[in-house]
Amino acid sequence: MNDLDYIFAVARIRVKEKNLLRDSDIAQMITMPGETQVLDFLQSHGWGEGSADRDAESILSAEEARTLALMHELQLDPAFLEVLSYPQLFHNMKAGIKEIVTAEPHPRAFYPLEDFGRDTMLKILKEKAFDQLPEPLQPVAPAAFDLMLKTRDGQAVDMLVDKETLNAMERAALKSKDPLFKQYLLDSVAISNIKIAVRAQKMKKSREFIENALADCSAFDKSQLAKAASSGLEDLYAYLEKNGYQEGVESLKASPSAFERWCDNRLIRRLKGEKTHSESVGPVLAFYLARMNEIKTVRIILTAKANGFSEEAIRERVREMYV
Amino acid sequence: MSTGMVLALLGAALATILAGIGSSYGVRIGGQAAAGVVAEDPDQFAKVLILQLLPGTQGIYGLLVTFITLSRIGVLGGTPITDTKTGLMYLIACLPIAVVGLISAIYQGKTSVASIGVVAKKPDQFGKAMLFPAMVETYAILALLISILSVTNL
Repeated sequence: MNDLDYIFAVARIRVKEKNLLRDSDIAQMITMPGETQVLDFLQSHGWGEGSADRDAESILSAEEARTLALMHELQLDPAFLEVLSYPQLFHNMKAGIKEIVTAEPHPRAFYPLEDFGRDTMLKILKEKAFDQLPEPLQPVAPAAFDLMLKTRDGQAVDMLVDKETLNAMERAALKSKDPLFKQYLLDSVAISNIKIAVRAQKMKKSREFIENALADCSAFDKSQLAKAASSGLEDLYAYLEKNGYQEGVESLKASPSAFERWCDNRLIRRLKGEKTHSESVGPVLAFYLARMNEIKTVRIILTAKANGFSEEAIRERVREMYV
Repeated sequence: MSTGMVLALLGAALATILAGIGSSYGVRIGGQAAAGVVAEDPDQFAKVLILQLLPGTQGIYGLLVTFITLSRIGVLGGTPITDTKTGLMYLIACLPIAVVGLISAIYQGKTSVASIGVVAKKPDQFGKAMLFPAMVETYAILALLISILSVTNL
């Protein structure tokens, strides 16, 4: 589709944006006494398609499915949706390999994807029909299978598949002609690499191990990032600051959840630029990502309410809203 | 048919063709945006229809200049042109609305799309939203005036 073909979709999105939650709605939900009141509030805003189902997860899943259905309805290029679903696709493949090799069923470990949900994924993997998987998964599946069979080390499989997920996103970013999509993917890969480097540093892993765990990334020199992470936390912070992540380092110093929050808020601030565009795919993508951010924030609030977190603790974790 | 008549007819045709192309483009993109809004909120139909139609006026201006030209060069009335110089002058007289009509209708269409976005989010701001594409109309009207004054005074 060329940019002009998105005018209809963008106009629909503009109407839909009126129903997105605002920062004031989030603040209101935080002050509510419990999960029930939050669910009432969400249902009064049309969440959960008016179903009588009061289960938080089913309401959130319904919203995710509704957003995805809208993207299909707006004829968003399927290539965008496929790339956006890479983390879930690779995750389902990983879960399928583990389930087959260990012979322990974990149905809740799978994302309910339309094309590659648990049943389909297990069938493909059992039959070793890897060519039926999406193209970026095809070379990874046999390698991950072999690794699991030989080592039975789930963490090693996680490391391999997670790295290949990021590599696939990086490749898609470099191929993409849409500036917002490209930037979103590059940022996602860079931030995942930072998280891997920080985690590996805290576990005192070697430079070689870290370099092997990091994905290809145009934002950083992989080898320099691994070197900084293996040298110590201060060296890692200094390297990140030198590469334009001053604010990110500040949040990393505070806590891992503060860093996650900073990453999502940075994305939302980038997306806000799309509010003034009307003839490109950007606003449609921005709406999708903003909706996912909104659902993630609501999930945080619901989980926190269910577990009796204080308002202050929830406030530290919630993300900025798009509108 | 004289060269002068061919040139004058070319000017008359360009006024309708170029301004019409601009208007059809502007109305097309305005219509796409309007349909998007109506798909979600049918109550906004009247407001977005007005915004969609704004870039359509350039095509009408082009048609008007073509009619006046044809009525003066001997096709629908007036004295048939015999000399090249007069024909060339009619061609030049038609160019303002032809060129400005084409470009202003395209830009007005884009501005209408943006204004339809305003109505989509804030329907009560229709009055303000309509002013933005209306501003672009100014230049199409100026071009229309110059073309009419030129054609009628040759």
